[in-house]
Amino acid sequence: MSNDPVPAGEPAGTGAPTEALAQLLRRSARGDEAAFAEFYDATAARVHGLIRRVIRDPAQSEEVTQEVYWEVWRTASRYDSNAGSPLAWLMTVAHRRAVDRVRASEASHRRESSWSGRNQPVPHDETAERATTALEAARVRSAMTQLTDLQREALQLAYFGGYTHREVAAMLDLPVGTAKTRIRDGLIRLRDALGVAR
Amino acid sequence: MIDIHALSGAYVVDALDDTERSLFEAHLADCPACRDEVAELTETTAVLSSSLVEEPPSHLRDSILAGITTMRPLPPLVPDLAEHRRRRFRWMPSLMVAAAVLTAIAVGTLLIGNAGDPEQPVLTADDVISAEDAERVRVELDGARAVIVRSASVGHAAIITREMPPPPDGMVYQLWLQDPDGSLASAGLMPRERNQTLLLEGDATSAIGAGITVEPEGGSPQPTSEPIIFVALS
Ligand SMILES: [Zn+2]
Repeated sequence: MSNDPVPAGEPAGTGAPTEALAQLLRRSARGDEAAFAEFYDATAARVHGLIRRVIRDPAQSEEVTQEVYWEVWRTASRYDSNAGSPLAWLMTVAHRRAVDRVRASEASHRRESSWSGRNQPVPHDETAERATTALEAARVRSAMTQLTDLQREALQLAYFGGYTHREVAAMLDLPVGTAKTRIRDGLIRLRDALGVAR
Repeated sequence: MIDIHALSGAYVVDALDDTERSLFEAHLADCPACRDEVAELTETTAVLSSSLVEEPPSHLRDSILAGITTMRPLPPLVPDLAEHRRRRFRWMPSLMVAAAVLTAIAVGTLLIGNAGDPEQPVLTADDVISAEDAERVRVELDGARAVIVRSASVGHAAIITREMPPPPDGMVYQLWLQDPDGSLASAGLMPRERNQTLLLEGDATSAIGAGITVEPEGGSPQPTSEPIIFVALS
């Protein structure tokens, strides 16, 4: 393992550099449907992969992926390149919507099955995998080893499980109020290991 | 008591409940350090899912691209306007949606026999709550509940809270009444109590709305953040 900061390059799994994605968003904001289709093709596998992981149910995941891209189409003009990368903006929209969906439906079977099933294989389509994705994923795996077990578990339950920090605390037998600290500390370590900067 | 800065990580991964989220977003407006940290952690989070790659079915692509032909992209937020909105915050109906933290349910007119003493010289929250024309709006926010009551005949409003989490250190909940012209007048500061019944300061006879913001200790002459609770009064 290495904790050398690796400069972030092309966003993994998008097959497009940050500036190209930002350009496509700017054109989408002006109503350019072809640019939006290109943006979709470059990012849909990442968005859908995350949504599938959080929601699990295939039909609901498709609905949410659709909602996400429709929101992106309507709000592309609100993307501010000074505030962050297009991929970070997109994944934030996707995650928020996925979490809203699981909390709203609060399907009890998910609540029960998800915790025991958190080590199940993640959605992963080999045919969609690109070289950059494998590289980036390896980088993230390596960076994750810098986290303590509790930091890693808390972060994964919150981000991939869609649980609130209180729920995470209950699941990990942590005092209420400490899970949010573990999540933050974990993210900060990850940020430093990945050399993520704005 | 919440250390508000420590919520940044949970905020980025959407692990806050609605109340905490709106508190933290109010804090973000005033804390450059948290804004920077949130930006960096957001980039970090985006990388976290890089191994999760799943091509959606092609019918989804068709449906999404067909859908956008019927949707109009929103115009950009003009910087001037955004700045203006931040400095001189006005409660517009759209902000109630933007805040999106609450569902206000108009409960309708409550009829309770007037138990108050008509000779009572000092007005209390009870006078408002038990007035025959008391108009109540109930708000629920993730476990916390509040009821805002206004009586035109008494000329005042009151608020009842249950299980309301305390504001962050150094901050206070401030009450506001909105006049028909849209202007906002402070209606007092709320003591740090989870459960309380409080009379709002000022004349509420013609108020068209009431709300709560998180303000620095001592309160502010005008709101400096978006409301965590806002209700329209008729
Ligand atoms: Zn802060």
